[in-house]
Amino acid sequence: MEHSKPKLSRRSFLARSIAAMSAAVLLSGISLTATANPSTAEVNTTGLAVTDDTVKVGILHSITGTMAISEEGSVQAEILAIEQINAMGGVLGRQIEYVQEDGASDWPTFADRANKLLRQDKVAAVFGCWTSASRKAVLPIFERNNGMLYYPTFYEGLEQSPNVIYTGQEATQQILAGLDWVSEDKGAKTFYLIGSDYIWPRTSNKIARTHIEQHLGGQVVGEDYFPLGHTSFNSVINRIRLRKPDVIFASVVGGSNVAFYRQLKAAGLDMTKEDFTLLTISVTEDEILGIGGDNIEGAYASMKYFQSLPNENNQAFVEAFKARWGADAVIGDVTQAAYLGPWLWKAAVEKAGSFDVDRVREASPGIELTTAPEGYVRIHENHHLWSKTRIGHAQRDGQFKVVYETDELMEPDPFPAGYQ
Amino acid sequence: MFSDFSAAELTAIFAMQGFAGLILFAVFVLMALGLAIIFGQMGVINMAHGEFMILGAYVTYMTSNLFANHFPELFGSYFLFAIVLAFFAAALLGVIVEWGLIRFLYHRPLDTLLATWGLSLILQQAYRSIFGAREVGVVIPDWLMGSYQITDMIEVPINGLFVMSLAVLATVTVAVLMYRSRWGKQVRAVVQNREMAGAVGINTARVDRLTFALGCGIAGVAGSAFTMIGSTGPSSGQLYIVDTFLVVVFGGAGSLFGTVASAFSISQSQSIMEFFMGGSMAKVLTLLVVVIILMFRPQGLFSLKVRR
Repeated sequence: MEHSKPKLSRRSFLARSIAAMSAAVLLSGISLTATANPSTAEVNTTGLAVTDDTVKVGILHSITGTMAISEEGSVQAEILAIEQINAMGGVLGRQIEYVQEDGASDWPTFADRANKLLRQDKVAAVFGCWTSASRKAVLPIFERNNGMLYYPTFYEGLEQSPNVIYTGQEATQQILAGLDWVSEDKGAKTFYLIGSDYIWPRTSNKIARTHIEQHLGGQVVGEDYFPLGHTSFNSVINRIRLRKPDVIFASVVGGSNVAFYRQLKAAGLDMTKEDFTLLTISVTEDEILGIGGDNIEGAYASMKYFQSLPNENNQAFVEAFKARWGADAVIGDVTQAAYLGPWLWKAAVEKAGSFDVDRVREASPGIELTTAPEGYVRIHENHHLWSKTRIGHAQRDGQFKVVYETDELMEPDPFPAGYQ
Repeated sequence: MFSDFSAAELTAIFAMQGFAGLILFAVFVLMALGLAIIFGQMGVINMAHGEFMILGAYVTYMTSNLFANHFPELFGSYFLFAIVLAFFAAALLGVIVEWGLIRFLYHRPLDTLLATWGLSLILQQAYRSIFGAREVGVVIPDWLMGSYQITDMIEVPINGLFVMSLAVLATVTVAVLMYRSRWGKQVRAVVQNREMAGAVGINTARVDRLTFALGCGIAGVAGSAFTMIGSTGPSSGQLYIVDTFLVVVFGGAGSLFGTVASAFSISQSQSIMEFFMGGSMAKVLTLLVVVIILMFRPQGLFSLKVRR
């Protein structure tokens, strides 16, 4: 739309004088910060919800429905990060206001809410989604409206969008380091792969099988999938007994997790005896709440973050998280990755000197965070994070003891050549 | 696939596999018994059955916390109390639901389906608000968690034995109630001919309410027992509902014996196929067989012969 010089009507004259007066009042009060802020016209050329002292972002997770169990932690972490950033003075001198929407564990609802956040609320960035299905549902909306999504979950890879920053690990980062460790440290030769039946476990096991057979010289002695929500694992436990694998490589998720570990223990396959190694890529401290520490004691998990990581950043983070959300809060891998979202966005905005999505995207690769609870992370050209992978040993109290950490940062490789 | 194993190993595996099938059988019986009573005797399609089970699971969780905090020396036996409490909690909720919702919807099966589905959503969200969205870990007493070593190779999980005895106990109790008690006679009379039963002086409304409460109570017991083998969260009930309906429909609505027979055949085929081909494929084949049999026998395996 083009505007030729608008006439000054009575109403707009009134509005302008009020605006001028309030601006004057504000300026006299906070003149110091106001002068430091770059002007809104300069940092926001695409009509995002940015004012002289606020900027709107969106939080889009399920707080009702089946996924609420997993996404609750992510919401808490994102809110904590936003509050901390605000306490430090915000982003480009603007306080972050968040609009929270509920995806209700329903993928079309996610798409609908994403649309609302981008079109109606004009948010500068969205922190959200958990399952791959919800991410796939909102992806076309973010691409069409040129929004920016910070996605926290470890996932199967095979995706790279200019409109998404993936703050969790993609499959190879998690799996290759885990398998290398179990092969070297435990001398494992035979592997039994077991997972829930959907894209993430299947893709992960494909990568795992290729790595085991072609790079580790090991053997896969069984590969089984179970429908989501499956609750009887006695038959597969008998198969595992018969095959006697050195390693059970598990990517079972959700309610099935609880059934799997409880039945494994009840069947007398005791992980604390170290007759075999159970290596999981799907159990974080969050899941152990439901499984029970006594049922999973002795298992190993391969991921980038554990609540017990003994570095200073993490100690401060855990303390702040508990102060904000209660002393019995637990923090899993995804929760920490969700916490990185707002910080990475802040860093990119400040580097770009602008809230414009295009400029934030340009500025993103190479952004590093030295204050991340997991240690140091850096955004790769492919929008995933360089990060270290750790092996945690599950303890009876529901925490992991970190027993190994890769020397180097693992390069994210969402389209691993030779593994597909 | 068996060529590289010794005879002793194979015997052991088959023994344990048979046992795995029996455990699944017991789980199915416990799940389906309550629904068989409600669906079979009253014709109510109770989509909230899983949520009644989870109520039992949460009662167990609360009982375990209560014992851990106040009577730690009795912790080993809390489970028995929890099962009884779970029964009464779920039955009480059943009475309230029957009184407030179901009794207006008899003879309207599609409406009860929608109403109870809505109820299940409401209950799920209520659990989420009360107990939190995360799953809770129910601590099981040690004596229930280990396994019982029969030979070097054969180990039998104790919680499996427990679930099996509970299933037997529940089935026998229901059978005695239905076929040997005065109340059971009344229930069967109402099922066969409601008007006539009312005409001879049976309080049909009261019979309905108690039947519904009994079905829900048994669901509560099942939920309590399943804390040993499955998860306890606001939507965990959804994990069981499909299998439950499958067992009841396949067995033939209204027949207790049919439910048991159906649970047995489905669990055995499921567990044997799972051993050979993994979980997803086994499930597909089981469903396929059930569908084919139901095509030829829409009334299920066993059905009550009623003149309508």
